[in-house]
Amino acid sequence: MSVRLFDNKGTPLDQQKFTWKELVQKPLSKLDDDAFTRVRVILMNGVEQQANRFQHMCAQMNGELRSPLAQIRRVEHHQQTMINWLLSGDHSPIETTIGYEQVAIEVTAAIAQQEPDPYLAQVYRFGLLEDFDHMYRYSALLDRVEGKDANNILQCYTDVAPGRPTIVEHRHPTDDLRDHYDRETAKPISKMNALTIMSGEYQTRDYYMNIGPTFADPVARQLYAEIASIEEQHVTQYGSIIDPNETWLEKWMLYEANEVYNYYSCLEAETNPRIKAIWERFLDYELGHLNVVTELFKKYERRDPAEILPEILPDPIPFESQREFVRTTLEKELEMSAAGTEFVDRMKETEATQAYRKHINSEGSPSEAVSADYKWQPGTEIAGRAEKGGQPGKATEKSRQPA
Amino acid sequence: MEKSTKMGSNLTGIDMSPIDSKAMIEGAEQYTNIDQKHEDGYSYEQIRRQYIQDSDAVGSVPLPGSIKGAFKSMMDKLKGNNPEMLINKLGERLAFERTGVRFYESFILKCEAKLKEQGIRVPMDELREIRDEELEHFQMLKKAIESMGADPTAMTPDADVSGVAAMGVQQVLNDPRTTISQCLQMLVIIESTDNAAWEVLIKLTEDLGLDDMTAQFQQALRQEESHLHRVKAWYEEAVRTQAKKSMSMSH
Repeated sequence: MSVRLFDNKGTPLDQQKFTWKELVQKPLSKLDDDAFTRVRVILMNGVEQQANRFQHMCAQMNGELRSPLAQIRRVEHHQQTMINWLLSGDHSPIETTIGYEQVAIEVTAAIAQQEPDPYLAQVYRFGLLEDFDHMYRYSALLDRVEGKDANNILQCYTDVAPGRPTIVEHRHPTDDLRDHYDRETAKPISKMNALTIMSGEYQTRDYYMNIGPTFADPVARQLYAEIASIEEQHVTQYGSIIDPNETWLEKWMLYEANEVYNYYSCLEAETNPRIKAIWERFLDYELGHLNVVTELFKKYERRDPAEILPEILPDPIPFESQREFVRTTLEKELEMSAAGTEFVDRMKETEATQAYRKHINSEGSPSEAVSADYKWQPGTEIAGRAEKGGQPGKATEKSRQPA
Repeated sequence: MEKSTKMGSNLTGIDMSPIDSKAMIEGAEQYTNIDQKHEDGYSYEQIRRQYIQDSDAVGSVPLPGSIKGAFKSMMDKLKGNNPEMLINKLGERLAFERTGVRFYESFILKCEAKLKEQGIRVPMDELREIRDEELEHFQMLKKAIESMGADPTAMTPDADVSGVAAMGVQQVLNDPRTTISQCLQMLVIIESTDNAAWEVLIKLTEDLGLDDMTAQFQQALRQEESHLHRVKAWYEEAVRTQAKKSMSMSH
């Protein structure tokens, strides 16, 4: 299947309606659905959330667009509701977190490989190794707080091992800025990739900021505070690769096209027929939104949308395990850091980053504490210790004492 | 048989994907170097310990707000003992019984919707009777708290903490997907806790020489013992009946 952006007008906006019962459908099964169904649900929640966020900001700056923005935004809001409510109530917040990090790893790795611009591909690989490390730290937290195996969520698609250690991911804000693509020369897929990954990271930041204080365990509270801070860095990084010279309508059109692209990608890959029908419905809704916005673009900017958008959408984002790519990146780029907009060896970090990191870690590192001596194994580390005849709960006692 | 007891396409275990699981185990071995340490301050246990030592309480026991005659005579009976623990515990039981009414209402609804389909026997009239007794206990505790001049609408620290503990039970009972036997297991948890808590409360009122309260609470405990006995029996029957059915089906 290929999607032609300008021939298909999608579902007319006035026919895009919901009831509460439609918005709150049967959730997916944590036990029986494929992990990539949850990956798509979390990703699309993020894409819709960012569309909503952008459209609110756009309305603050563009009085004439407020009416169409309000109408489309209401639908986007309800799309997000229907999608996010597919997550079932038996996911603990840490289990959902494991799902979020699986999205960050598998989708970022897929995007990094399809990205034609080498600098942007490097940006994605750089972020990838940091989210990969978060998976390891959260898996340790899940094991050590709830006594659960992260692989119940991951279903063997995603490795659990340290990446670029979270403790060294903390950088000065100006070392998280990147060069942006050029709106005149960048390929449409590069622009859409940036929106997809920024959306995913932004929702992850917000999710951690919301659930962090719901934990009673002080280490969990600290770990969410620490990793939310890295997600904030990632939103800074991915936000800065987007050309600030794009017009508001140009950006809005790209957002809508990217939503079409993401739903198309989900539709192509979905294995759960009921959820596949949702992707198909929302693909048509987004084509409807895009149609409205391209008309606004023509009216206000007197330009052809084809200057910005491709006639036919690129190949869909693959939703499959990127294990080998992640491992190769891990072996080659673990010691990388950033100085300003350049990627450098960690030995060449700026003084500003070194000072920032030294201070923020000066009263201990939650990501190091939670995962001291942790190695993922099937059925949790308790299962491993039980086999060896050891006492559960002793391993972390061996961890480091204060310096 | 209940749907959640049937075999299906559960994907959570390591054996579901032999090739990927091998890669998963090798990956953890190959890429996890637990000897690689980054300097940091504290271990998991030390952070926990520090926070425990520095922590404030969840909250405080509300002071009795009205000095009535009844309150004064109660205080006289306490003979210099601190009323805080009693108010705290009465508040906890009140909250627990009130929540218990909601839990039974939720379970009754589930039974009405699912009982026939799942072929499990739970006498509905007895369930309603238990719910009504939870409500009576709530009302009795409300009067007991008022008799001390305390406020039965306030949330005491132990009421708060027992509410936190009940959050998981509430999630299970109110999930449309959970089965009768899964819910019965939750009621066993609730009733076991309830029994133990009434026993403590009775000892407390005995210690304080509050004979009228003690007598009332002993009556409540007898009813709670009957609740626990019955929900355990229903739970066991639900589980064992289905196991027999599945065994006979598999032959």
